[in-house]
Amino acid sequence: MSSHGEAAESNRRGLRALYRKEFADHLDSKRFFLIFALMLLVTTASLIGAVSNLSDAVSESSEFIFLKLFTTSSSSIYSFATFIAFLGPLVGITLGFDAVNNERSQGTLNRLAAQPIYRDSIINAKFLAGASAIAVIVIVLGLYISGAGLLLIGIPPSIEEVFRIIAFLLLSIVYICVWLALAIIFSVVSKHAATAALICMSIWLFLSLFMSLVASGLANLLFPLDGFEGLTNVMSNYQMDLLLNRISPYYLFSEAATTILNPNVRAIGVVTMSSYSGAIAGSLSFGQSLLLVWPHLVVMAALAIAGFAVAYVNFMRQEIRA
Amino acid sequence: MGGSTIIRTKGLTKRYDTITAVKALNLEIREGEVFGLLGPNGAGKTTTTLMLLGLTEPTEGTAAIDGHDCTRDSIAVKRIVGYLPDSVGFYPDLTGRENLRFTGQLNGLEPSECEERAEQLLKRVGMVQAADRKTGEYSRGMKQRLGIADVLMKDPKVIIMDEPTLGIDPEGMRELIALIRELSVKDGRTILISSHQLYQVQQICDRVGIFVQGELIACGRIEELGKQLENEGRYVLDIQAEPDNEALGELLRQIPEVHSLQQGADGLLHVESGRDIRREVTAMLVKNGYTLLQMRQRGGDLDEIYQRYFEKAGEQHDTAGGKGTAPAVRRVFPWRSGRK
Repeated sequence: MSSHGEAAESNRRGLRALYRKEFADHLDSKRFFLIFALMLLVTTASLIGAVSNLSDAVSESSEFIFLKLFTTSSSSIYSFATFIAFLGPLVGITLGFDAVNNERSQGTLNRLAAQPIYRDSIINAKFLAGASAIAVIVIVLGLYISGAGLLLIGIPPSIEEVFRIIAFLLLSIVYICVWLALAIIFSVVSKHAATAALICMSIWLFLSLFMSLVASGLANLLFPLDGFEGLTNVMSNYQMDLLLNRISPYYLFSEAATTILNPNVRAIGVVTMSSYSGAIAGSLSFGQSLLLVWPHLVVMAALAIAGFAVAYVNFMRQEIRA
Repeated sequence: MGGSTIIRTKGLTKRYDTITAVKALNLEIREGEVFGLLGPNGAGKTTTTLMLLGLTEPTEGTAAIDGHDCTRDSIAVKRIVGYLPDSVGFYPDLTGRENLRFTGQLNGLEPSECEERAEQLLKRVGMVQAADRKTGEYSRGMKQRLGIADVLMKDPKVIIMDEPTLGIDPEGMRELIALIRELSVKDGRTILISSHQLYQVQQICDRVGIFVQGELIACGRIEELGKQLENEGRYVLDIQAEPDNEALGELLRQIPEVHSLQQGADGLLHVESGRDIRREVTAMLVKNGYTLLQMRQRGGDLDEIYQRYFEKAGEQHDTAGGKGTAPAVRRVFPWRSGRK
């Protein structure tokens, strides 16, 4: 019993030491600096675009002006939320694609595994350190856009807006962690870091750019919209399309981010005329918006955990030899 | 020496799909001993060391170090066992000292203790002047030395070294051997060395085990192993005499127990016989007007023992350099063909 307690204690200390080193490595690395600089640049661009187009957006609806900083895009520049949806995966991949295979090629993995820690602590520490680095990036960007936006437009956010921004940032962290978990899987599976990076990037591009094409193609194949029969298929076609799209974390995140940042979004998915009739125009409260995206958040957290579990099982089964 | 048993394996077996890497290994290593695990590449040495550290699960059997089960209680084992892998690696962006500090932290040392021990160990392995350079710039020999310091950071009772002498220059080798001896004699640590380089191992090991295709085919002190072979009636004599001619061979063949004669490339005549024939040979040579230049009875030398045991185990490759890998072994471990 006491030997068990001692083992757990020494494992905890080891885990902490490894986490600290990994986190410090991330913050110290050129790669972190580059990706951070890229995100900062993109955020600045989106902020400028949003501010220049804010008057148009406000003329449509003058509620929740502060949130519009995150969602308004100009004709040539995407909004901050879109940038996170598209470039967030790159952050996750960058921080995770060589987590394990690099240790292996450096010859440090067997030395590390021979220290008094459980083998899973190695991968736990790496995931946690990556997640912390992601949190640092996302929170800094959030503070930057809020601070600069406040100076530029001079309208302070309401309490509800603050909550919504915090929820959005948390959602972004979880979203990027999904990609971190994916990158760690491939860093365990493939021997070379370059292979892992390429696989991750192709998955990223596929899910972000081509998944919608594949989804609509498949939906049209299964439920054709031509002719008379097409009329009966409209509903099934749409639902199939949505279902397939929701496999992609990119789509999930986009849907959830839109709902959280835009209180006027009242439903995601199909709204029939009957459910729409008699509805009073108005925005959703923060709690209701959260309720709407709760499944998205859960699915994304589940994806991150599932990815992490796959990486973990793979790693535990692998031979630790040079 | 003569202490209690610290490493004990019982029927330790590891099978991969169709291949048995380690077959029912029974091994006992006493506290304070330097034990050499010898065998060609792919004999199962590394697999054995990994099982001892709990990094690979045995298919059957058990291994225990200092009373802790290596598989179930691997943390307790890893706290007292230092492992120096072959081709040891360090984080290239950290300095030697930082690498040691990190190992200390992983082992739960207090910061002050960590610094102190790192400094002390860097001195001990002669790496003080390179301590604050990044390990990415280190040579192989420097890495090996830092590796030993790294192993000692946790103050281990048992040290397992996998091919520690590989790729080190002769000067470095002398230092390494002196250091290993010091670790055993002065510090009283138990050391398990796995290697295919016989000469170095012979100098430092109290006992050796010879490992071929996953089986321990001989185990004991080097002299004992030599005797064991002699008792089986295999004597090899190296003779050089003048004049060195055909007649000399004919003459030696007259001794009934001689069963083979071979002219070696080094100018020595190798005579294999069923008993000790040195007296007769000397007398015979003198009588026939030969001058004996040199004569040596082989057997006490580890090289010899090693080779003999391989022959017995059905191996037919030359182990003189210790480098030869039998094709049979290579086929057994296809995934290791890229190693070294």
